[in-house]
Amino acid sequence: MKIKLIALCLFGFSFLHTASAAPQIEQWQTSNGVRALFVAAPELPMIDIAITFDAGSGRDAELPGLSQMMHAMLNTGSGSLSADDIAETFEGLGARFGASVSLDRSSVALRSLTDEKLFVPALQTFIAITANPSFPEKDFLRIKNQALIAIKDSSQRPGDMASRAFYKAIYNDHPYAHPTQGYKHTVESIRLQDVKNFHQQYLVANNALIAIVGDIDLQKARGIAEQIATSFTQGSKPEPLPVPTVADDVRDIYIPFPSQQSHVYLGKLGIQRGDEDYFALYAGNHVLGGGGFTSRLVKEVRVERGLSYSVYSYFFPLLTPGPFILGLQTRTDQAQQAAEVSLQTIDKFLMEGPSEEELSLSKNNILGGFPLRIDSNRDILGYLSLIGYYQLPLDYLETFNDNISAVTQEKIRTAFKKHLNTEKLVTIIVGGPDGEHGS
Amino acid sequence: MKPIKFLPLVLLLLLGCSNFSSHTIAEKNDAVEMSIISDQTLKTHETTLANGMKVIVKEDHRAPVVVSQVWYRVGSAQEHSGITGVSHALEHMMFKGTEKYPSGTFSSLVAEIGARDNAFTGRDYTAYYQLMGKDNLELSFELESDRMQNLILSEEDFKSEIEVVKEERRLRTDDNPNARVFEQLFATAFTNNPYHHPIIGWMNDLENLQVSDLEEWYQRWYMPNNASLVVVGDVEPKQVFTMARQYFGDIKSREIKASKPRVEQPQTGTRRVTVKAIAKVPYIMLGYKVPSLATAENDWEAYALSVLGGVLDGGRSARLSKRLVREKELVSGAGAGYNLFARYPTLFLFDATPTEQHSIAEVEQALYEEIKDIQQNLVSEEELDRVKAQVIASEVYQQDSVQRQATVIGSLETVGLGWKEMGEYRQRINAITAEQVREVAQKYLIEDRLTVALLQPIEHVAENN
Repeated sequence: MKIKLIALCLFGFSFLHTASAAPQIEQWQTSNGVRALFVAAPELPMIDIAITFDAGSGRDAELPGLSQMMHAMLNTGSGSLSADDIAETFEGLGARFGASVSLDRSSVALRSLTDEKLFVPALQTFIAITANPSFPEKDFLRIKNQALIAIKDSSQRPGDMASRAFYKAIYNDHPYAHPTQGYKHTVESIRLQDVKNFHQQYLVANNALIAIVGDIDLQKARGIAEQIATSFTQGSKPEPLPVPTVADDVRDIYIPFPSQQSHVYLGKLGIQRGDEDYFALYAGNHVLGGGGFTSRLVKEVRVERGLSYSVYSYFFPLLTPGPFILGLQTRTDQAQQAAEVSLQTIDKFLMEGPSEEELSLSKNNILGGFPLRIDSNRDILGYLSLIGYYQLPLDYLETFNDNISAVTQEKIRTAFKKHLNTEKLVTIIVGGPDGEHGS
Repeated sequence: MKPIKFLPLVLLLLLGCSNFSSHTIAEKNDAVEMSIISDQTLKTHETTLANGMKVIVKEDHRAPVVVSQVWYRVGSAQEHSGITGVSHALEHMMFKGTEKYPSGTFSSLVAEIGARDNAFTGRDYTAYYQLMGKDNLELSFELESDRMQNLILSEEDFKSEIEVVKEERRLRTDDNPNARVFEQLFATAFTNNPYHHPIIGWMNDLENLQVSDLEEWYQRWYMPNNASLVVVGDVEPKQVFTMARQYFGDIKSREIKASKPRVEQPQTGTRRVTVKAIAKVPYIMLGYKVPSLATAENDWEAYALSVLGGVLDGGRSARLSKRLVREKELVSGAGAGYNLFARYPTLFLFDATPTEQHSIAEVEQALYEEIKDIQQNLVSEEELDRVKAQVIASEVYQQDSVQRQATVIGSLETVGLGWKEMGEYRQRINAITAEQVREVAQKYLIEDRLTVALLQPIEHVAENN
């Protein structure tokens, strides 16, 4: 009896506390129809802007590595500006530019001080290089060489090799199957024209989302979003990517590599963003392998057996179904054992679900940790992009804790049975001697 | 380990819902005088408890969160041969339990309140933190003060945890060719300076560590007068000081047995080391022996070296990126810089990865040419201005994270510089001239201070057995 009371006490407290803490999100469309999201953060004299596009590596088509290369080339030229000019401008203003590519989305971002003398030219340069890059030939060859070295570097890292093998096994022919950096032969065959075409097709107003957080008012934010949005060509939104299908012949993969450790990945196709089971799976996975030291996987693999420094699991929801991943690294002769312990842990969890105590602990952790999710401008910017890109409800943050609170043991059991069937889990092990793997 | 399922919740009845109200405690103790040093510009406040433990609070009311960090002035630099890695191994064991909070309960308690907690070990420090909603600060103090004095180091916990540490070493170093180059660079550059050995320790030392080594280490270094408590967030400094005194004030101080000086032997001539590893991409590191701010005879030299790092590698406009990456296309990436906030003399580092078309020897020469340029010619005003603009902006940007702010304070305190350095840093950087940059380059970036470490990739030939 006592135990339940305490849980309720904390629970209610966390909830009350955090409900009021969600930031006030403003939302509108620019004159040319680009969705913009904004949160005012007057405490620090700085502004963060991110433009998100449906232009991740899933859009590489026949040329894996193309999106990554296009994004890496943005700051090499625009109009009369050279790569040197762009770097000197940003750094002379104390501004920071970044571009990143994930499986489904890509984003370009600017961080600047609010001071008009610094912000205005920083924004101007940011818009110029993202909306109107010149893609100089000389820089293209250089960036391509760098990309090839990065690929070579990856091929000496067992962790990267395992991750690649994992996605390939899960996604087969789907555009999420290849690594964002591409393959040697595909990157070699990318032409400058491919880069230009990719930009022209995907970095367009109809495929963009703008998120702004900073020390400005709504009117100013609207002006900035308008200036950004109208600088891009209108273009069109690309067709959705195909829905991946579960491969029939899932098999385990072992790749020998002369490393001290084996990198082990287990997983399968999971869910997409907005799935009705998301919160049940999130809370359930927190118990299984997402909650750090209190999770079952860490207890079984690390604490009890000392098999791995890190072991975790998570669902990675994307525009189309993303993977469920379990990862760990262990001395090569223990790889089979660690994989088996992990599988048994999942099996057990699938059968019995979380105990009442476990779920209560996880819920309290998620609810109590809510303020930490949104305690910086950077975090809030990330959530604006997430909400906008995946078309989550605008009150996603406000209702987050309600949604977690509503999860029950039964909902988790049902959701895990539906989405995690261990018979179809693939196991990837990279690292260890040649020949048959085993102890 | 015996799973403890009910204890955490029972404890929370005591901690979470009744005793842990900061309100009552503040009222009770407000009357007691405490000597507080404050800097309103930095919104930072400091007091020292009677037992010598320093408490520093920085206010940041942007979000209802707080981070609490306990920094111990002990890291791998205090270790001697044979027990390398003991600081880090002890850091792992600090999560294992006390009589009051037995094995497993620490993590559960912290998890229950939704805190993010972890720890990190460096050459100069071992630090523990909890990042949490502001109302939970007291639990953090309760747990940290308890494990500062009552840690139980059991043979059973150690047996599996040391395996975890070894896995961490395999992951971070043994299977990472560039990390092995880094490790060898320090081990070759320093003979008897304590930065010689790696933070995580040599594998052979990890294999032979005993619980008793950790016990000794714990007894020697974990005491209030060897620790600083740093709190940053949505808190009221006086309340934090009062609470800190309540939880940490009664812990007995002990004599700190000072480390031996271990001043580095003078170096005569360049040192070179090669790491052969199964790899595909070569890599080079250069390390020049330089003073840190804490050890510099003239402290401006440390700031000048820091500016030099900015001129060479303060972004894509800086020299290494502009000249070696873009102009000459010699390297796919290159870096330079140093940690001026180290406790002991350290290394000014360069690293580079050659492009396919160029050899590691060419890249090494190109780095020397850049150094020679800095030694012979004055850097431009524009370059200096860019470095300074970035310092100013970074000071604002880093305030976007309470964790980052606390870490800066903690590291400054731990190496003996003090948190007020935060307020001086920008001014001191701003005052550095082109002549001073040239002067430190001439004085320190010389052969007799240089160690070169190379990665020589060897091919992975598949065994046919």
